[in-house]
Amino acid sequence: MSTDHRQFSRRGMLAGTAAGAFYLAAPSIIRAQTHSIKIAVLMPQSGYLAQAGQSCHRGALVSASVLAELGHKVELVHVDIESNPDVSRTQAERAINEGAQCIIGAFDSACTLAIAQVCEQRQVPLIVNIGAAPQLTEQGYKFLVRNFPTGGMLVSNGLKQIQALIDATKIAPKTAVFLHANDNFGMAQRQGMDKVFPNSGLPFKLLESIPYDPKAQDLSVEVTKIRGLNPDLLLVVTRAADAIKLVRDIVRQKFQPMGIISPGAPGLYDEEFYKALGPLADYHIDAIPWANPKSKVTQTLEAAFKKEQPNFRFAVECFNVGFTFDALLIAADAFKRAGTATGPELMKALKATNLTDHAMIGPPIKFDDKGQNVEIPSSSVQNRAQTPTVVLPAEVATMTPVLPEPPWQGRT
Amino acid sequence: MTAITLNVIVQGLLTGLVYGLMALGLSVIFGVMRVVNFAHGEFTVVAMYAAFVLFEVLHLDPLIVLLPIAAVFFGIGYLLQRTLINPFVGRAEHEQFILLVGLATVIVNGLLLVFGPDARPINLSYSFDSYAVGPMFLDKVRVFAAIGALAVAAALLLFFRYTRTGTAIRACADNLTGAAVIGLDVKQLYAVTFGLGLACVGAAGTLMATIADASPSLAQAYTLLAFTIVIIGGLGSMVGALIGGILIGVSEALAGFYIQPSMKSMFSFALLIIVLVLRPQGLMGRRL
Repeated sequence: MSTDHRQFSRRGMLAGTAAGAFYLAAPSIIRAQTHSIKIAVLMPQSGYLAQAGQSCHRGALVSASVLAELGHKVELVHVDIESNPDVSRTQAERAINEGAQCIIGAFDSACTLAIAQVCEQRQVPLIVNIGAAPQLTEQGYKFLVRNFPTGGMLVSNGLKQIQALIDATKIAPKTAVFLHANDNFGMAQRQGMDKVFPNSGLPFKLLESIPYDPKAQDLSVEVTKIRGLNPDLLLVVTRAADAIKLVRDIVRQKFQPMGIISPGAPGLYDEEFYKALGPLADYHIDAIPWANPKSKVTQTLEAAFKKEQPNFRFAVECFNVGFTFDALLIAADAFKRAGTATGPELMKALKATNLTDHAMIGPPIKFDDKGQNVEIPSSSVQNRAQTPTVVLPAEVATMTPVLPEPPWQGRT
Repeated sequence: MTAITLNVIVQGLLTGLVYGLMALGLSVIFGVMRVVNFAHGEFTVVAMYAAFVLFEVLHLDPLIVLLPIAAVFFGIGYLLQRTLINPFVGRAEHEQFILLVGLATVIVNGLLLVFGPDARPINLSYSFDSYAVGPMFLDKVRVFAAIGALAVAAALLLFFRYTRTGTAIRACADNLTGAAVIGLDVKQLYAVTFGLGLACVGAAGTLMATIADASPSLAQAYTLLAFTIVIIGGLGSMVGALIGGILIGVSEALAGFYIQPSMKSMFSFALLIIVLVLRPQGLMGRRL
């Protein structure tokens, strides 16, 4: 009895099915086994947050070469989200459709929340570089980690720094006013302040918390209100552009507080602030996380930054660039350990992060069950000769803090 | 009334006068040509950058370059109307809208390309000075800007009332067919009107540059602000634009002081809604 070889055999059928399945699955398997990871960096490069977004963008640009130097293979895609949550959502969808396997972003909490929803649906990990709204890590997102303090952490660490400043300078403020932007970030800080301040043990009374619109043309009304309250300390949560307006109106109205201190917000240390105010930018203090000048990673980053931005006044933009670089480093490190860029596996590796060498001051980067790094300390950075200078804690400080601030008169 | 409240009112009044001048340009163009300039805020920001560049490069005070910038903007407006806007006069409103929004987008992105997103301040020697009037502190820049705004607005009102060209433009606004029948060159007058509208914007932007830092992101807010003011004051009414500006300036300042600073904008929009409900033609507008 002869066998007809043209007939389907059971073995042939199985082999054919396996070959077909391999053929269909090949693109994703091949993609998962690639040696580099495609990361989309979503930042507000235009719109009202453009100044900070561009600063983060510079951080992402310089990171590619530093990561390569550290042996990581990453492909970066830079996307502008226009300071707009709707645009953020659309751009996140688009980036993922075009092959992004991980997303970094997005400086602004509202924009980051919009991106987080997309990442959750598409199972693509999102690493928050900057964004303080607590809900980012409180809403149960499984594909999100944040290497940035929450609003509460920023305020809590910031208030500790204020106590340290009072101890170091022996000033005795009796009253303070808290002025904050009314955007997502500012409101998160306000919630943190409302919760933390009553139990902070600080020796002054908080007279009032005043929200303001960061898109306002000027802050003269806000300053008039503050002048009426006449506090010793002015605690501020600002962005760069409105920090300029604030100090300008304070000087015009001849209001002289003991100190202007930010318990963890951008604005007072930005180059734009120094350019606009000159000597009037000096002596204000920001209590924020900062890049560690003694870290080898930071030194490598500084060298690369200097090469890429030769005209920039500082070695590196220690806040925006530092956090953006660390976010990219976290992604590259997780990819290296996971050996794949598929969402769930990469996310598993991200959650298991234990990164000792990184740019920002602090212990090894780790994430809790919610995806939050809970150990990001703050330092006091005072503007001295129009340069942000670490004045506390003493072990990393390069100068001692000066408070009360010298009078406005004589500075210009 | 406490001294601090009076201070808030006067500061609001000074800012409101500059707002009023900015809105005046929009009102003039709409009142005559029935074209709504949706790129109004963008042109204001261009003027702010012009003042900034002249200050940075030639160290010229914006108050000195106010008239030259206004004159250049008149020329730009004139040419723009003859080449780009005129074919759209009398066409459907949505077509005008698309044209001017497109123009606005080009301007903002052009500014972003050239100057970047950072706010550009003009640091004058008196930027941080103020006049102490009794218990009040009045910013020098705001006082100068308000005086400048009043002077430009007065010059424009006098031009429309006492010059032949001004009278002819008013005739076009009142009765276009009649104006054409008696032989007025309507196209030419429209171009002059658009030029005058942009000259107002140029002057307002130059004055605004002394109060606020130039930034491309301001453009949309200024367009919206100008619209709010002219709707409150009455579309097409020059005096209405100034009154609207003052009302917005003072009410925002008072709302910010007594209610909450972050609610300033909400208060001006509430004012807009009240005016639209009670007097849809605006405070100084003609009944529709």
